[in-house]
Amino acid sequence: MAAWIETLLAFGANLWAMLPPIVQELIVTLLQILPLVIVVILCVAFLTYFERKIIGYMQGRIGPNRVGPKGLLQPFADVIKLLLKEIVIPANSNRYLFLIAPILVLVPALATWAVIPIFPGFAIANIDAGLLYVLALTSLGVYGVILAGWATNSKYALLGAMRSAAQIVAYEIAMGFALVGVLMAGGSLNLGKIIEAQSGGVMNWFWLPLFPLFLVYFISGVAETNRAPFDVAEGESEIVAGFHVEYSGAAFAMFFLGEYANIILISALTVVMFLGGWHSFFSGPWFAVLDQTPLAFLREPGFFWLALKMCFFLYLFLWFRATFPRYRYDQIMRLGWKVFLPITIVWIFVEGVMAWSGIGPWST
Amino acid sequence: MLALIYFYTLAFVLVVAAVGVVTARNPVHAALFLILSFVTSAILWLLLEAEFLAMVLVLVYVGAVMVLFLFVVMMLDVNVEGGRGRFTRYAPFGGLIAAIMFMELGFVVWWRNLGLPVMETPVPHDADYSNTKELGAVLYTEHVYAFELAAFILLLAIVAAIVLTMRRRPGLKTQVVSEQVKIRREDRVRIVKMEAEKD
Amino acid sequence: MAEIFLACGLCVVLVVDLFVSDRNRDLTFSLALIVLIGTAWISWTTGHAGQVLTFGGSFVSDPLAQLLKIFSIAAVFVSFLYSRDYLKQRNIFKGEYYVLGLFALLGIMVMISAYSMMTMYLGLEMMSLALYAMIAFDRESPVSGEAAMKYFILGAIASGTLLYGISFIYGVTGSLQIGEISAALTAGAMNETSLLIGLAFVLVGIAFKFGAVPFHMWLPDVYHGAPTSVTLFVGTAPKLAAIALAVRILVEALGSVGHLWEPMLLVLAVLSLAVGNIVAIAQTNIKRMLAYSTIGHVGFILLGFVAGSHAGVEAALFYTIVYILMAAGAFGMVILMSSNGHDADRLDDFRGLGRRSPWFAAMMLLLMVSMIGVPPLAGFYAKWWVLTALVNSGHVWPAVVAVLFSVIGAFYYLRVIRLMYFDDAEGEAGAPVAGGWLMRTVLSANALGVLALGILPGGLLEMCARALSG
Repeated sequence: MAAWIETLLAFGANLWAMLPPIVQELIVTLLQILPLVIVVILCVAFLTYFERKIIGYMQGRIGPNRVGPKGLLQPFADVIKLLLKEIVIPANSNRYLFLIAPILVLVPALATWAVIPIFPGFAIANIDAGLLYVLALTSLGVYGVILAGWATNSKYALLGAMRSAAQIVAYEIAMGFALVGVLMAGGSLNLGKIIEAQSGGVMNWFWLPLFPLFLVYFISGVAETNRAPFDVAEGESEIVAGFHVEYSGAAFAMFFLGEYANIILISALTVVMFLGGWHSFFSGPWFAVLDQTPLAFLREPGFFWLALKMCFFLYLFLWFRATFPRYRYDQIMRLGWKVFLPITIVWIFVEGVMAWSGIGPWST
Repeated sequence: MLALIYFYTLAFVLVVAAVGVVTARNPVHAALFLILSFVTSAILWLLLEAEFLAMVLVLVYVGAVMVLFLFVVMMLDVNVEGGRGRFTRYAPFGGLIAAIMFMELGFVVWWRNLGLPVMETPVPHDADYSNTKELGAVLYTEHVYAFELAAFILLLAIVAAIVLTMRRRPGLKTQVVSEQVKIRREDRVRIVKMEAEKD
Repeated sequence: MAEIFLACGLCVVLVVDLFVSDRNRDLTFSLALIVLIGTAWISWTTGHAGQVLTFGGSFVSDPLAQLLKIFSIAAVFVSFLYSRDYLKQRNIFKGEYYVLGLFALLGIMVMISAYSMMTMYLGLEMMSLALYAMIAFDRESPVSGEAAMKYFILGAIASGTLLYGISFIYGVTGSLQIGEISAALTAGAMNETSLLIGLAFVLVGIAFKFGAVPFHMWLPDVYHGAPTSVTLFVGTAPKLAAIALAVRILVEALGSVGHLWEPMLLVLAVLSLAVGNIVAIAQTNIKRMLAYSTIGHVGFILLGFVAGSHAGVEAALFYTIVYILMAAGAFGMVILMSSNGHDADRLDDFRGLGRRSPWFAAMMLLLMVSMIGVPPLAGFYAKWWVLTALVNSGHVWPAVVAVLFSVIGAFYYLRVIRLMYFDDAEGEAGAPVAGGWLMRTVLSANALGVLALGILPGGLLEMCARALSG
């Protein structure tokens, strides 16, 4: 029995050695990507569940409770339902673009995960221009929405797409400027190094010296993902369902998946940029007493902390949706161009002064 | 080897996309082909270790410029077939210019060095080499004058665009946020004492 | 650096204009003038006797730059003065006009002291962008929109051509910096064919900016379509930038390969002389007529370069300065005539001016006669020195052609004079010209300046000589 396994292992090692290094590298990378994608998709599934539960409780309802214990299997039921439904393609639509659009929403949302540092010292692609990569890919997400709106050949969809395009372009600028502030504070474009620059406790995380940018970034992130209260692109009470009004079945599921993957991504990015990523909440000198106690492990950085902080922001997303009324279109534009943009620019100046006089993250 | 495969695949896609930009009948399709060619050339730049330029190309052109472009193209009701007649009329002249340009490009490519010393193939940099940093260093020292000038040109473009498009239309309704924020309860709510109705 | 002051100043004007109500626009106007005066003062005091390079060799400060800068500031100043009443009557008296004007001036000054192809191109773009916007400034008028569009498209093509040519020159010499290009070319052993290609493209770009035939198509339409005050602007200061461009590229960078560009330039010059002077005869609109006369004058300026000698370039410089003085006066006259609210840009509007307002008719007479090139006015000396330089360097035939076309050109200038003095005004157009005191003074000073420069041309010529000797 043991010999049998040993032979198999030896054979496997031989096979592995026979492969050209390029293929080896490809396999290793794929093995890194696959779990991450699966985890993200699972997160999306349960995020929808929690969304319905949390909003339900906020509104004095119970939420899904039929499929599985406490309704925990509800997301899987939903997925199966969506996958089995027929994809209806409107007669006068642009067939190829209609089908490509959902993919274009999903792909950037998943591809951005490549540079997110999951735990200390690890990201699938630890590239030096990580921040730029994030910006570039998040800016691609808008195409799926625009194309869906146009290819559908319906006035509601087109209206939704137009709103979404204007909104995303407006908020992307504020977002980019907020990240310029992070870049100045972190001194690097590499997300791992940005997190390392925030080491040394809660007070060293960038949310404090960059507080306005932190707020701007997160709110712009909400706007970028077309979530309430910025969901004019869907605006179900005005334009039915906006850009995805004609989508059904698996194509709709892709949009759904893309939107929630984006939400998780924005939460992760906010944590990485402003809340110290995988740094522990207890890592600062204030909690040095914990070193002597059995709780010392709490001071270790790790994936757990990233996940915990992300959960906080995910909760905020859901909370917003349950609480705020939808913004009017012109108010969205005003907020983006006339409020956020000046705030970020002014704060970058302030940051320059801070760096020059050695306050905040530049003190050492 | 792998780099070569990447290069030729991407180059092929790029050429196909570029041809698509010109030949697509639907302007939206042409714009999409243009986006594809931008993205492919960005990846080609990545192969050349120009990651800053590649990312900025995607960020600026694909992420912002082409979005607005698509926006406009979708709004315009362009007559798809209208341009045909004019195409044949101007084709000979356009062809002539294209031929001249092509000859010149060929000339540059075939004569390669033009009597100048040829640069050696650059050595690839280490993984931690940041060309963003290098670019910044050069831009803010050696080329600071040109850089600032470019910034001023952009400022000018903003001013000019606003001058040419902004007009105060009569009867336009706007929301004055400061007025709304200044409102106090006393301005809106009047508490009226009323006698409770009998019976 | 005067440019820094100008850049800061124009930002101040831009911001102040934001808080000024429409009735107090004069504040913006005077602020713009103050910025101009300050810039001129700084340019005047920070001059250098020799050549000083900064910013990695992309900026040069020398007597030529100083001279051209001061004259372009003066030209912008005068055009601002002329523009005030004109804009007010058309309800486009806005602060942005002056901001754009200052931007254009900044571009012009950058071009003038550019010592690298890159900064030169950036300056050119800045100037052109500001001019496009200024031409389209009167949005109610479809003609000016059309003119701006034409200028924009052709200008973009010209910029592209210039860049293409610059890239060839960079390929041949391995540098964008003027001094290094010149050094590389004198070192020899160049691939002449590709240099020639690059040169041809650069020349097309320069010819476009000057408005030389066959790249002149935009000029009459732009002059005609733009609001007259903008025409005045476009017709004056940018010409100084164009000559700076020509001197820097052709003489300073590519001076050692003069045998390559001189024939091309000769063709451009002769064609410009011919087309400009002959087509001008057929015009009934004075702005178009002046546009074609500009093309003719440009021919003369280019001939100065063709001469290839030091004296030739000097004469071209002198010619340009004199020309912008005359053009400012002539377009100022059109603005003055248009003071009653309608655009008096037909030639017929000048009928009987001699009886209606003898003083201004006399001023116009001076300007027209100077444009013909009659002594003792400034235009005469300008032409005379260009011709002398040509003959001295052995280009007798071009000189003869130039004289011939000047004689043909005299015809349409004389027609304006005939209309003013020997024809009667028609109908209600018989009123004397009415303009503000500011316009009247500036115009008179302008025209008398032409006369003064004609009587005493030595000073300016000496300045030009000094500017180029450095």
